[in-house]
Amino acid sequence: MNGAARFARRIAPQLAILAAILVLISIVFPGFFEVRIANGRLYGSPIDILNRGAPVALLAIGMTLVIATRGIDLSVGAVMAICGATAAWGSTEGYALPATLALSIAAGLACGLWNGFLVAVLRIQPIVATLILMVAGRGIAQLITEGAILTFNQEGLIFIGSGSILTVPTPVIIWMIAGLLFTLVVRWTALGMLIEAIGVNLRASTLAGVNSRVLLIAVYMASGLCASFAGIIAAADIRGADANNAGLWLELDAILAVVIGGTSLLGGRFSILASLIGALIIQAMNTGILLSGFPPEFNLIIKALIVLTILVLQSPATRTAAIFFRRQPGTDPADTRTVTP
Amino acid sequence: MLFKMAGISAGALVSIALMSSGALAQTIGFSQIGSESGWRAAETTVTRQEAEKRGIDLKFADAQQKQENQIKALRSFIAQGVDAILLAPVVATGWDSVLEEAKEAEIPVVLLDRMVDSSKDLYLTAVGSDLVHEGEVAGNWLVDTLAGKQCNVVELQGTTGSSPAIDRKTGFENAIKGHDNIKITRSQTGDFTRTKGKEVMESFLKAEGGGANICALYAHNDDMAVGAIQAIKEAGLKPGTDILVVSIDAVPDIFVAMAAGEANATVELTPNMAGPAFDALAAFMKDGTMPEKFIQTESKLYTQADDPKGEYERRKDLGY
Repeated sequence: MNGAARFARRIAPQLAILAAILVLISIVFPGFFEVRIANGRLYGSPIDILNRGAPVALLAIGMTLVIATRGIDLSVGAVMAICGATAAWGSTEGYALPATLALSIAAGLACGLWNGFLVAVLRIQPIVATLILMVAGRGIAQLITEGAILTFNQEGLIFIGSGSILTVPTPVIIWMIAGLLFTLVVRWTALGMLIEAIGVNLRASTLAGVNSRVLLIAVYMASGLCASFAGIIAAADIRGADANNAGLWLELDAILAVVIGGTSLLGGRFSILASLIGALIIQAMNTGILLSGFPPEFNLIIKALIVLTILVLQSPATRTAAIFFRRQPGTDPADTRTVTP
Repeated sequence: MLFKMAGISAGALVSIALMSSGALAQTIGFSQIGSESGWRAAETTVTRQEAEKRGIDLKFADAQQKQENQIKALRSFIAQGVDAILLAPVVATGWDSVLEEAKEAEIPVVLLDRMVDSSKDLYLTAVGSDLVHEGEVAGNWLVDTLAGKQCNVVELQGTTGSSPAIDRKTGFENAIKGHDNIKITRSQTGDFTRTKGKEVMESFLKAEGGGANICALYAHNDDMAVGAIQAIKEAGLKPGTDILVVSIDAVPDIFVAMAAGEANATVELTPNMAGPAFDALAAFMKDGTMPEKFIQTESKLYTQADDPKGEYERRKDLGY
């Protein structure tokens, strides 16, 4: 089997789930697929999914790489808050846009370096190491904003959150380019394979000559970089940095996106594209729930049920059952192919 | 019980009598929850200002959202022999023993903003806002403004299940009851945040014919309204004109929106809970006047006619 076909089979389950959810939404809300141009930008619910999904999609890119090394980064939500606060602070202090962005990105990289240092050099378990910044990060962000929502009016910065290029909202362009670049970097070089090697067996790959320490730090810095993009977008979107709420619980959504994307939490093989589809699945659920008009008390229950369904469909037991049923005469193999590995 | 109260007031009188210059230069301890929101920070600032105005020596303790820190702070206030204690309790339960200690030391305790589940004779009074009333003020404003016109309202609720969300929803529904021209067509939670307020409003606009079927927005707090206003603008509509916007809290940023004509009204949740508390304490210490067990602060309505620019200037340095 050639690479393209294998890749198509790899992401087929995720695409099928996304399609199923979109169909489900369009049943509950018939006007769902309507897209038009308003105010010089695309306007419609599918665009909302792409646009609102930007923070989780960006976080999922970095999270995929971290999880592929058998790690986890719980701090990304807090790092978002720090980077958003830094951007807002830079803007209100009167720095030019490039300087503001550079400051914010530097903050994200520094957070990643800290996590990477704890994990790769001090050998603290990733879940504990990143928990430190998850807790402390919001405090740091609050110090920057001085506890208030720091608002700004810099047009360039606002453009990143709510502007558009050729009618496409800027956040959509940012996460798509980021996804493409990260995929190219890890797949056109041996980097991706080295990351997977670390995830499968850290000691073996180190003995085989992989510089695992540098690579681990780089992976956490990549996660910090993605979180800084997400933080800038989140702050620019509301024209203010909200240290208490920016990125709150988004680390969990990002992990969920990676898991729905089929990357194992035990490390090893990963797919950034599948994680991005996972992020879109999560956002499609959120937007669908909002459009459906159900009372808010149902939001979390509906979301939990959908996630449960997806994970059950992806579980090894279901896959085994699917293979078993495919061998039965009279079943259509096309139905089950999508859920086999 | 009467006897105990007399005991407290007698104790207070003694402590006043001991002071050379009469009722001035009191020491009052203030145990604040922390600074989890802009409003809380503003409450701390205003409390300090009010104390300064009255020449009160305010001992401030920030509990960083922990009850154990508050209990420690209260015990240390009691040990220092302060004249009174202000307490903004982080949770409702578990205060009995420390309040008993304060009572034994004959130090009156005033609760700010939140209530406790302890016996009512353990504290002098509680100062707070009536959340249901806030919703009613917002609803009444809409009823009066529309004057009978048909109106579909979309509602941005606070965090699902939180008491401000439940009470502000109830209050608004009370106010529009019997006015068949007003109908809540969509209601979703925006978690009290700008981001969610904007996201949910975007979906409301799409679900309601691009906003054509929405006549007014009621948001349980100003932050969600500020987010929603941006969503309305991005959909090519004029907030404040095409869609009326009414919300609650009166934080500085909503006055910026009102000055620009993008928001119509807000109901104030005043951060000045300490002012009425100090007044009640002063009256109690002077001649033992017992205040009511609950002092309700005013839920004042601000519209575009109420000098939004000036209101913004007055609030922007309070720490919101």
